[in-house]
Amino acid sequence: MNPVDFVIGHALQWGSVALLMIGLYIVMTRGNLIKKVAGLNIFQGGVFLFYISLSNVRDGTAPIVHEDAVLYTNPLPHVLILTAIVVAVATTSLALALIVRIRESYSSIEEDEMAKADLD
Amino acid sequence: MSLLQQLPALQVAVPLIGAPLCALMGRPRLAWMFAVVVAWITFAISVALLEHVLDAGPIHYTMGGWPEILGIAYVIDPLNALVLVLVSGMAAIIMPATRIGINVEVVHRARHLFHTMALLALAGMLGIAITGDIFNLYVFLEISSLASYALVAMGIDRRATRAAFHYLVQGTIGATFILVGIGLAYMMTGTLNMADMAARLPGVSHTAPVQAALAFVLIGTAIKAAIFPAHSWMPNAYTYAPSLVSAFFGATATKIGAYMLLRLVYSVFGADYAFGEMKIGWVLVPLGLAGAVAGSIVAVWQHDLRRMLAYSSVAQVGYIAAAIGFANHDGLIAAIVHVFNHGLMKGALFLVMACVIMRLGKADMESFRGLGRRMPLTMGCFVVAGLSMIGVPATVGFISKWYLVSSALDAGLWPLALVIVGASLIAVIYIWRVVDVAYFTDPPPGARDEAPAMLVIPAVVLCALCIVLGVTTDLTVGVANTAARLLGGAP
Repeated sequence: MNPVDFVIGHALQWGSVALLMIGLYIVMTRGNLIKKVAGLNIFQGGVFLFYISLSNVRDGTAPIVHEDAVLYTNPLPHVLILTAIVVAVATTSLALALIVRIRESYSSIEEDEMAKADLD
Repeated sequence: MSLLQQLPALQVAVPLIGAPLCALMGRPRLAWMFAVVVAWITFAISVALLEHVLDAGPIHYTMGGWPEILGIAYVIDPLNALVLVLVSGMAAIIMPATRIGINVEVVHRARHLFHTMALLALAGMLGIAITGDIFNLYVFLEISSLASYALVAMGIDRRATRAAFHYLVQGTIGATFILVGIGLAYMMTGTLNMADMAARLPGVSHTAPVQAALAFVLIGTAIKAAIFPAHSWMPNAYTYAPSLVSAFFGATATKIGAYMLLRLVYSVFGADYAFGEMKIGWVLVPLGLAGAVAGSIVAVWQHDLRRMLAYSSVAQVGYIAAAIGFANHDGLIAAIVHVFNHGLMKGALFLVMACVIMRLGKADMESFRGLGRRMPLTMGCFVVAGLSMIGVPATVGFISKWYLVSSALDAGLWPLALVIVGASLIAVIYIWRVVDVAYFTDPPPGARDEAPAMLVIPAVVLCALCIVLGVTTDLTVGVANTAARLLGGAP
């Protein structure tokens, strides 16, 4: 496979990998907890798109039974990722609830300020 | 169709349905009684399943009667039957103690939901162990993880919420890595059933997606199992969580991670591919042993004993990872046996912390001064479980170390056997520090003041098991031997 095809032929996968990297970078580098959660969401979003890209079948239609349809895309990854999206919603809400409690006890949601508060 | 045939489904369904019922009860005492009954029923089911598996071979259970490769299948072999017994057994032993434990160590407004979360975590871990469907494994992983984050956040110290947040972020990254790995493997095989996937993977094993899938799964499970250097969520989480939660998770959560690693490497990717072609042993053995040495050394310097135990867990998980990495029959036995044995000892040690905190409010070196006279039974448990942690003969720790060292020798890596023994000697130091303070310093004024029986009895039971199972090894080594043979042993 020549390099151009490798990039263009996998555009969806490259996109989701980019999202994974961006998300992970935000989680690792930001000290603000809300930004960390946002980064986590971008990270998970990359995986969602990756799964959806798996289900793509060239010239396939939406997986709804229809008399004219010859080829369907694969619906299974859609269902799987629906589950993962529900999990991500639960994770995000729990993370936000924790941030509320952290804010109540530390009066801050910045990593470095909390670390300082715990040292005192 | 008898009830007996439905046991695999009930194993997970009982705690899963019990959890919301617990939340509806409202009264903490009622919820506690209910949770204890649920935990014991779950334990009884797991024991029945283990017996059945040992008698009649692996159980295949299909949800809703769908064919195994289409629907969700539960597959129980000796390996996960043993893990089920460990997880549900720890729940059955620790749950009674939560009645008084939560009054001291759980923030007031979370108390009425404590047992709901505990049952959810239990259901999730049992689900991970029992399922034969790889996506179902991910779903149960997230169920147990979400409940664990909430349980850690219930600690009374404000740092518990911070620890829980970091646990959440790292745990989610770990689970998402596993999800990517599952997606890549699905992409190449078109199936989610573990056995079916294992049959189809060899045909495509030379492709980049399958190689990447193994790498993603390896990293994800390494984070979940807290294999060095992906362990950084663990020390804070176990230090600031309520001690009973630490006791349950210290005994089970990282073990479930190790189980996932074993299951995915041996039953999905195959030992030949993972160890022969991809050489993951070259990752697991160095990291495992580095964790064993580093974790033990850091544990020596800790002031808070719960943090010391958490670092000791890093070391113990390191032994398990190294044992898996040696990839021979003895290594598999060592990994499986140590998953079980370390659960017993770490559970006992964290229960001792719960007892001490119940009486003294904290568990640092200062508060252990003269504790040998003040709380003789509690400290007795610490000594027994501590000796087992070191690996003294006639305790379960010795059995694990024995197989670990012999697997290192089998692999022809005798210097590593020395490293294992050396790391165990460091364990002598951090256990002895505590024994020294507890028995050989003058106690502060105060009469004998043992922790309540409801907290001490579970610790005593676990210590007794540490010795009984260290002398009669039929249950652990016998089952592990069968499990190792079924998994396929050396590549």
